[in-house]
Formats: sequence, C-alpha cells, structure tokens
Amino acid sequence: MKKNLTIIIITIIFKLMTLSVFAGSDGTLDMNSKAKEQSREVKDCFETVNRGIFAFNQGLDKIFFKPFAKGYRYLPKPIRSGTSNALNNLSNVVTIPNNILQGQFKEAGINSLRFSINTTLGIAGIFDVASYYGLNKLDKEDYGQTLGTWGMQEGCYFVLPVLGPTTVRDTIGSLANFTGGDAWYNVTIANDTKNFENSDYYYSRLTAGVDFRAKNLEAFNSLENNSMDLYASVRSLYLQDRKRKILNSDETTETMNDDDWEEIDTQ
Amino acid sequence: MIKTRIISIFFLISLLNNVSLAKEPSKLISEIVNQASVILSSTDPVEVKIIKLNNIAEKNVDIEGIGMYTLGKYRKTLNEDQKIKYKKLFKSYFLKSFSSRLVDYSDPKINVVSEKKINDKYTIVNTILEETSKNPEIKIDWRIYTKNPKRPLIRDLIVEGLSLARTQKEEFKSIIQNNDGDINYLFKSLEEFIIK
Repeated sequence: MKKNLTIIIITIIFKLMTLSVFAGSDGTLDMNSKAKEQSREVKDCFETVNRGIFAFNQGLDKIFFKPFAKGYRYLPKPIRSGTSNALNNLSNVVTIPNNILQGQFKEAGINSLRFSINTTLGIAGIFDVASYYGLNKLDKEDYGQTLGTWGMQEGCYFVLPVLGPTTVRDTIGSLANFTGGDAWYNVTIANDTKNFENSDYYYSRLTAGVDFRAKNLEAFNSLENNSMDLYASVRSLYLQDRKRKILNSDETTETMNDDDWEEIDTQ
Repeated sequence: MIKTRIISIFFLISLLNNVSLAKEPSKLISEIVNQASVILSSTDPVEVKIIKLNNIAEKNVDIEGIGMYTLGKYRKTLNEDQKIKYKKLFKSYFLKSFSSRLVDYSDPKINVVSEKKINDKYTIVNTILEETSKNPEIKIDWRIYTKNPKRPLIRDLIVEGLSLARTQKEEFKSIIQNNDGDINYLFKSLEEFIIK
C-alpha cells in the first residue's frame, strides 16, 4: 500500500514536472539556446486556486507582515544591518553545499571563509568583517537553483499559503532543507543539540521574512499601485528572478528573450 | 581638382556632423537621471512634477515600441482601429504608471556604471541606485534602442535583473487570456487604470 502511494506521488510529481510548455510563435527569431530557454513558458496549473491563495497571502501581508516591516523600519540602521548580516551569514549553510553541488568550488571556498570569519570575528555574523578583508558577499544559492542548473524544468507554478510563489522544482528543492540539507534546521529542529531551541529556527525564518519585506516596502507598494493584475505581475517577477538566479548571471542580455523586440521597429 | 577637393571637404564635414550628432546611450541616461533628480528634489507641486516627468518620458522613451512589445502575439490580431485605440490608451497608461512610480522618490541618486553594446540596435546601460536609509542599493539596467544613433530611446528598465517590459507583457497577456482572448477587456482595464 505504502509502495503504491509512493509510486502515485512520484507519477504525479513527474507529470507536473513535464507540464512546462513552449510558447507559440510570439517572435520569429531563434536567437540562441538561452533565448529559447527564456521563451519557455511555465504553466500555471491551478490558477484559480492559486489566485485564491494569493488573495489570502495578500490579506496576511496586510495584517501581519506589512505592519511588522513598517515597525522594523523604525529600528536604528545598525540594528537592521546587523540583523540582515546575521541572517545572510546563516544562509551560507545552505549556499555552501549548493555551491559545491553546482560545481562552484571557488565560490564555495569564499563563502566558507566568509562564514568562518563572520561567525567568529563578526560575532555570529552581525558584522560583515569578511568584506573588510576583501571577501565580498556572493549570491545565495538553494537546492531549487541546483536542480535548475542540473537541467530540471520548473514544472507547474503555484502559490503556497504564507510561503508564497513557487514551482514544483523549487518545492522539491525546499524539501531538501528539511531532510538534512540545511545545517541550521538540523541543529535547531532535527537534532537535539541542547545548544539551540526549535524556536530559534522559526524566529530566524520569521525575521528573514520581515527583513525582506522591510527592504521592499516601497517596491511592493509601487507594484500594487501600478498593476492591473497583481497576481500575474508577481508570477512574472518570481519566474524571471528564479531563471536569473539559476543562470548565475548579471548579464541582462542572457536573461532576456529578444525575439519580440527584434520585430518591433519604430525608428 | 578643386571640385574634388570641395566634395571631399563637404563629405568630411557631413561625416563629422553625423559623429557629433550621435548620442551616447550612457550620456542619455545621465542627462535623464539629472533632469529627473532636479524635478523630484524641487519644491514644485506633485502635479507639476508629474507633467515635467512625463515630458522627459515622451521625449526619451519608445512608448509606442514598448506598447507593441507588451501586446506580444496579440499585436498581430489587432485591426487598424484597435491599433489606434490601443496606442492612445497605452500611452496614457504608461505615463501615469511611469510618473506615479517615480514621484515617490524625493531625490534618487543614480550613477552610470558602464554600457554594453549588444548589436547596432541595442545598448544596455548599467546604473546603480544608491543605498538610502530605507532602501538597499539597486542595480538598474536600461535597454536603449539605438537604431537611430542620433535619437536613442529607452525601451526597457531591468531592475535587479527583472524586466519591467516583460512583466507588463505577461500581465497584459494574463488579462487577455483570462477573458477568452478578448482584447477589449485589456482596453477596459487600461481605461479603468487611467481614470483611477
């Protein structure tokens, strides 16, 4: 019975993974493989349900995250910076294994050094001492990104209550955090190390959410005020962001599909 | 001989003229940013600021091109009347959205970092919006349409790698798709946004 259930779950996940469809003939030119990758459209499989959950999350944001984020903004800048630094430092325990899994050994080395220096000299990461020594902060990596770099497609896009937008691939990636892939989760919740409480993990996650929201208060307001379909805008931004992070590129041209622009001639 | 020399001089002058009239994309962005900064930090009423910002946009942004891009595959389905109506609605929508996004900033400090020519038609100008007490540093890339080098135009803003034009395109597509592919619903949404 258990075996059958496992097979059914795997089949459903596999089905969802292959639901990505290619956009039709929006443009005319096949620029290159990266452009083709960009033109692939991610299917929003349960849009009606997703829109409902999105509305629920918006309500939650209005009564909880936004007011908290506004309050957080009143804290002195050094406290906010220290909190942000400590959370960034903590995220290295997920970034470093993913650097290795993606073959980014140099980045893994830099992040490991940064983590060691900032955890000790930087007092639990509150001060970014490593940057002072020339070890600048690098991009974060997660298991969803690693699966992406290994060639796994996004699968369906969907919205989770509280957690927000995701895809099947990113959800599978997140599950890796709870099955040994996140050292912070392991020492706080998975194992009884006596040094940390379960609540330490939840507080850190919650604070990370509020910190992110506080940094983006104006951007979110602007998006809300200027969108005719906020759900579609957030979906687009989420998927663009994930693609960019998987490509690990700051090159604008590599994350854009130029096909449509090439067709439009106004000069 | 004299005739050949005159022709050569004339040719040289016209060539030099062309070179001097061509506007560098990064210079265009610096100018726009400076103009916007002066307007936003002025004591003018919001309405006046909006009018001035819209003038900058009309002069330097390829609003028609962006409008066509954001329609995606649906632009091929429009008849002439619909095309005229859409262009008019999109322009109003764009200017309202553009100025309302900017007017919240009191004095943004944007520095041009570099530029990269993609091809004859496009150059990307990389800029940084300086960190403030409220906001972190933000990377903004400007996609400049340079087919006519004398009059480069902005076609897209890419904020931290996220394209505003692309986001808008997917938003429009969602509105049309969720209304059985009827473009009139997009027109209705645009009208509602404009009068909001």
